[in-house]
Amino acid sequence: MSWLKKAASDTQITHGNRIWLYVFAAIVMILLVVPTLIVIPMSFSDSQYLEFPPSKWSLRWYHEYLDSPKWMRATVKSLQIGTLTMLVATPIGVAAAYALFVSGHKAARLIFMFLITPMIVPVILIAIGAFYVFGQIGINNTVFGIVLAHTALAIPLVMIVTTSALRNYDLNQERVARSLGAPRIKAFFLITLPQIKFSVMTSALLAFLTSFDEVIISIFISGGVNATITKHMFSALRDYIDPTIAAISTILVIVSTVLLLTTQYISSREKKKK
Amino acid sequence: MANNVNNEPQIESALPITVKNLTKTYGDMYALNNVDVDIKSGEFLTLLGPSGSGKTTLLMAIAGFNRPDSGSIKFGGNEMILTPPHKRDVGMVFQSYALFPHMTVAENVAFPLKLRKVNAAEIKERVATALETVQLGELGNRDIDQLSGGQRQRVALARAFVFKPRILLMDEPLSALDKKLREQMQIELKQLHRQLGVTTVYVTHDQREALTMSDRIAIINGGEIVQIDTPDVIYNSPSNSFVADFIGESTILPLRADASGKLLFENQPISDGPPENMHDNGKGWALVVRPERVFISDESTSGDENVVSFDGIVKEFVFQGDSAFALITVAEKHELSVRFGTNSASFQNALQSGDKISLGLNLSDITIIPGDE
Repeated sequence: MSWLKKAASDTQITHGNRIWLYVFAAIVMILLVVPTLIVIPMSFSDSQYLEFPPSKWSLRWYHEYLDSPKWMRATVKSLQIGTLTMLVATPIGVAAAYALFVSGHKAARLIFMFLITPMIVPVILIAIGAFYVFGQIGINNTVFGIVLAHTALAIPLVMIVTTSALRNYDLNQERVARSLGAPRIKAFFLITLPQIKFSVMTSALLAFLTSFDEVIISIFISGGVNATITKHMFSALRDYIDPTIAAISTILVIVSTVLLLTTQYISSREKKKK
Repeated sequence: MANNVNNEPQIESALPITVKNLTKTYGDMYALNNVDVDIKSGEFLTLLGPSGSGKTTLLMAIAGFNRPDSGSIKFGGNEMILTPPHKRDVGMVFQSYALFPHMTVAENVAFPLKLRKVNAAEIKERVATALETVQLGELGNRDIDQLSGGQRQRVALARAFVFKPRILLMDEPLSALDKKLREQMQIELKQLHRQLGVTTVYVTHDQREALTMSDRIAIINGGEIVQIDTPDVIYNSPSNSFVADFIGESTILPLRADASGKLLFENQPISDGPPENMHDNGKGWALVVRPERVFISDESTSGDENVVSFDGIVKEFVFQGDSAFALITVAEKHELSVRFGTNSASFQNALQSGDKISLGLNLSDITIIPGDE
């Protein structure tokens, strides 16, 4: 066990001294990840009920999901709403982050705080509020309404990611571009945007994920033909439990993980460029 | 210097800048207070001042990046106050260079030409010429992060003049370079200015840089231009104690007027009266002594009526290689800075603190300024 006696860092602490820390970290990771991962084997079960570990393996619940028009419609809806949310929230969030970053006005910080409140306020409050307001103006159960509510949730993420990218950017570049003959808007698109593009892409993916994973608001204001997949999953869990949910969950976990890994990859490329 | 003002050939390539009554406030602080400057066509003017003096604010106002509260900025007779930066046709170099890292060297330099819809063949040719001019002919295809600090500086410069602007603005462009490279670039910039003939406004807080490069220097303090003149006049005849203190080393000694109006330093007559072109601020008068103009006097100069003599005691003496620096106590309460040239002979008997010493100063090297107290 010579590894235990090796130095673990620049100080002379050995791996042996650190072993309690490794165990602790492992427990934390297990607690965080296992509840998510446990659905994966369950989804490949042949059983009528959710069962772990599965006694017999099969893909029947994936077939169940893929062959169900109801599930497919909800999935397409969720993808559609996620994409629209991304397309609306990204330009608004980037523009707001840019304006507030550049302005230096006293009110800029206040407006920034105001715009990121949807991230701080409990989502259930936003959901209840949206339900009543949208009810008044008649946009509950519409794609427009859901996209609107999800956009409010996504804008703070876009703003935070974009602002941190702008902090690492020398605004004099835009000034130079303007002095060299570029109108301001052109200077932004030719000089500033290309240099924060990875962060903008990351924020767009996060905006999509915010909408695609969102349950609470969807439960309140999406329904009928415009119900999202998460809303359907919630209803399905309430009414009857079958492993289709596990199959869908597995797919969602994989989609979310891939998107998150993509954002990580994108931001690591941006760092490398610097 | 004077040949830059010759008109005919330069009229094409340069524009005069006329700044009048320019005022800019931030809250109740005056960044610029009623500033007037006339910058001649083709001139190299340096705005020199301590940080926070308003020199950068003035430069940014000329570039169009901040909007003055009142006043006028004219380029060759055309009012520019309301013209956005991209329509002012001004080349600009920033301290941080602000090169575009997502473009190659050549693409950076081509940027202003592309915006002006110059055709591709001409762009190629002009970019090549500009890069030749700054001695980077080979590096067009490099990425920005492959360049050294000095090379970046040159790219920023090439990008700023490639579109033949008639005004060039530079905001402390050399301050990020090390001393040797900075001094080399100062000479190169000066040569480049002569070659291009473009009206240049240069901001720096480095007085030596200002003296090296400028046709004229405008000393700015507290949002006002304190003195504007050629480097030798600024150095030899500072108009007040701020300029005397800010430019070069100096000792400022208080003068006393006697009944007849003569100015005396500790009973020693210096001048028959205050200089006529100086504004009397009611605070008396003072004498500016440049350390290198003071010499050790001997028999040959004693009694010479063109020489003022001081007797003093050496307080500190420091050998600094190309010169030696001494602090000398004069008339018991004033400390005079003195700088001597060095050669091996004179330092065999180097001064010791406590030594008595007799100093001389030619009357022609004396500058009288309004007093401070």
